[in-house]
Amino acid sequence: MTSITSTRLQPAANYVEIRDMTFMRGERAIFKNVNIDIPKGKVTAIMGPSGTGKTTLLRLIGGQLKPDQGRIVVDGHNVPELGRSDLFEVRSKMGMLFQSGALFTDLSVYENVAFPLRVHTDLPEDMIRDIVLMKLQAVGLRGAKHLMPSELSGGMARRAALARAIALDPDLVMYDEPFAGQDPMAMGVVVQLIRLLNDALGHTSIVVSHDVQETASIADYIYVVSGGEVIGQGTADEVLNSDLPRVRQFMQGLPDGPVPFHFPAPSLEDDFLRGSSL
Amino acid sequence: MIERIAALGRSGLDILEAMGRSGMVLFHALWAWPNVRTSFPLLVKQIYAVGVLSMVIIVVSGLFIGMVLALQGYNILNRYGSEQALGQMVALTLLRELGPVVTALLFAGRAGSALTAEIGLMKTTEQLASMEMIGVDPLRRIVSPRFWAGFICMPTLALIFSSVGVLGAYAVGVLWLGVDGGSFWSNMQGSVEWGEDVMNGFIKSVVFGVVVTWIAVFQGYDTVPTSEGISRSTTRTVVYASLAVLGLDFILTAVMFGEL
Repeated sequence: MTSITSTRLQPAANYVEIRDMTFMRGERAIFKNVNIDIPKGKVTAIMGPSGTGKTTLLRLIGGQLKPDQGRIVVDGHNVPELGRSDLFEVRSKMGMLFQSGALFTDLSVYENVAFPLRVHTDLPEDMIRDIVLMKLQAVGLRGAKHLMPSELSGGMARRAALARAIALDPDLVMYDEPFAGQDPMAMGVVVQLIRLLNDALGHTSIVVSHDVQETASIADYIYVVSGGEVIGQGTADEVLNSDLPRVRQFMQGLPDGPVPFHFPAPSLEDDFLRGSSL
Repeated sequence: MIERIAALGRSGLDILEAMGRSGMVLFHALWAWPNVRTSFPLLVKQIYAVGVLSMVIIVVSGLFIGMVLALQGYNILNRYGSEQALGQMVALTLLRELGPVVTALLFAGRAGSALTAEIGLMKTTEQLASMEMIGVDPLRRIVSPRFWAGFICMPTLALIFSSVGVLGAYAVGVLWLGVDGGSFWSNMQGSVEWGEDVMNGFIKSVVFGVVVTWIAVFQGYDTVPTSEGISRSTTRTVVYASLAVLGLDFILTAVMFGEL
């Protein structure tokens, strides 16, 4: 593997450091001067209501999107400044579990999990087989190794994708809504698995979720994001017992409060009185 | 008025931007030393999908177009008592024009639309994004083998189309309408030139192969990741590729045979 040609910054205690980052979609600011630290070897959760840009944040860390300003330093490299080949090398140390699973539909479950091993290593086939079976065993899908992605339920596809994300034992694993669509039994397994993998393999985890209890049970540190900014942060206990109104509203699941339930719109009366025009 | 001019300017800029993006997509897809161990199996798989699976439509179309050419040609040539020139007429028509052009149009409809839909759906279902996050460049893994497969298959399919067309014309002209078989083949051999006819037709099909496949893979890669976006991209592939083939055919014919 070639080495990254750009200058590496000083190693830090944080695997990811986001500094004064602003990201715009058209005229709308998704993030405004956000600062987030993801410490090495810890499980850090990014929580917040739907549509606040949690998935966008993971894509910014992975270099799939570029911020309008600010720095996103991953393992000492400022991701937005990396060239194409350097970016792919940094990504080879990351694993990401997509919200949809994003399994390759032309490959079986086994081949999906084997894919990163085949492209990034020269391991012999029998060793690849052992690693793939271990990963599938961890997510409870060893028996489904010959199935195609179209034959899996949504929850199973997500677990297969999780096995693929950890196939190379990456330094950083990003989980995008890992608990959504899982039945209670599988959810419990996934919750434990994220914590167990993080501790056993010593990697760094970022969990994006709005499942409060499950996320709080495994996260070492939580950021609550809303309206393009970090509205609260701390350990699980600190955030769960926060006095900040916006944090409390989200963590306790209150339907309305300082964080509006409704997308910005004119008044309901005005909308109805407008007749047929939109 | 000013708004219309501004809209025209915006659409012009959009077109130039899309052309620039398509150039960058092709550049990143092709600008790398190929890894034979990983690239070759992917190329073979795509040659099967793009080329072998297009064989049926190419062979059947070539056969019928050759048969129709023979019927029409016989009726016209018969008026002047020169039906012996049927083989020559059919071979030149197929090799110079119909072979490359009709194959490219069919290729755009059959393989081009499939390439766009496949890559577009991979984008919509985040498969390209997940490939990027695994540290694999989808331009090299997905776009590159599909482009090279189109580059290889299109001229091959055009040659098959022309060959089958000649056989179809033989079946109708010689076996059915009674043109002398010896005259059919000898006139063809005497008039078809390797450089001017066969190679010029081959060059045309190579150019069409590059253009059609380039448009198809770019439209797939650049699609708006929704079901409507895929539908629009697939339609655009067929329309743009067909227009590009017909326009380029005129330019190439003018350069090759028009003494420009």
